Amino acid sequence: MDNLFLIFLSAFLVNNIILMRFLGLCPFFGVSSRMETAVPMGMSVIFVMTLSTIITWFLYQFVLVPLDLIYLRTVVFILVIASLVQFLELFFKKQIPALYSAMGIFLPLITTNCAILGVAFLNIDNNFGLLSSLVFAISSGLGFLLAITLIGSIRERLENAPIPDSLKGLPISFIAAALMGLAFLGFSGFMGLSL
Amino acid sequence: MSRTFIDGIIKNNLILVLAIGLCPTLAVTTSAYNGLGMGLAATFVLIFSNLIISAFRNIIPDNLRIPIFIVIIATFVTVVDYTLKAYVPFLSVQLGVFIPLIVVNCGILGRAEGFAYDHSPGYALMDGLGIGLGFTIILFVMGTIREILGQGIWLKIPGMFSGFKVFGEAFTNSSVILMILPPGGFLTIALLMGIFNLFRRK
Repeated sequence: MDNLFLIFLSAFLVNNIILMRFLGLCPFFGVSSRMETAVPMGMSVIFVMTLSTIITWFLYQFVLVPLDLIYLRTVVFILVIASLVQFLELFFKKQIPALYSAMGIFLPLITTNCAILGVAFLNIDNNFGLLSSLVFAISSGLGFLLAITLIGSIRERLENAPIPDSLKGLPISFIAAALMGLAFLGFSGFMGLSL
Repeated sequence: MSRTFIDGIIKNNLILVLAIGLCPTLAVTTSAYNGLGMGLAATFVLIFSNLIISAFRNIIPDNLRIPIFIVIIATFVTVVDYTLKAYVPFLSVQLGVFIPLIVVNCGILGRAEGFAYDHSPGYALMDGLGIGLGFTIILFVMGTIREILGQGIWLKIPGMFSGFKVFGEAFTNSSVILMILPPGGFLTIALLMGIFNLFRRK
């Protein structure tokens, strides 16, 4: 129990997937200029991350390891995630149109979101069991949602701020992310950074 | 053809202009050596995936092209992953999960789709070299800035070379540790982009 809570705290705050681990920066900066795109993107990431973790964990433990095919993990994982995303898109479109209109356009972007594949690899590198993997995936996703919500609201404010011309757009968002990262470094007092 | 090469370095610079492939750029550039290693690994994958995709561009069916690209890229990523593990194990540990993650670097898939798929192998090779070099240069520069400010030394190669002492002992003992922590990465790239924009506008 203790252990799971530590995993949660580490993935959610201390080693935040965006600000400390630098996974998933493309969507983080790509869709965070408005809140109404930032929040659904965060939700989709939590959802896909959890599902893909379950699938890749079983695949790794019960197919790749017994057959001695560990060297194929990069190819297999990316194909699994790409097909999962494609499947979810079709499924939502047919069965749950409300969810599709909320998450739809973000789903294809998630295939090339390195946070999803990164979490799948980190679970294996850390030798997590199924339950720990699940907790790690969900709390990483929550950390992503937290970070993207924060930067989304900062960027909305930044639109009316006087900024030097050459820093407009991405560079100023990076600076905002740096300051957020500094604040998050304060959490590393709970436990060490594991980068 | 040399035009393609130079465009790849400057006009289509992955990081400063297109702002893709950011994750490895920020994560591994805590030292110049790590930045260089990551840049070269990505360049290798980029060159070979560009070459293969361009050579087979007439056979690859249009509606299946993305999965095929991904499998080709993932193959070369696996090659790089295991080569590094065998010959430079320390670098491989430092770059960690970011080596297998080259496979989802949108830059590489983007060049496959946007360039290699409708150009001849010669051009695709030059594009791979140019884009790869542009990417490597930025990673090396970022690693240099962060290592010098964060540790006071430059080009430390673990186990082989202890690095040039840039600022002397007094600085090394009280360096700006922030620069090698994650926020330093965000700051460095923000300033690099700002400076690049300043010159591009003129």
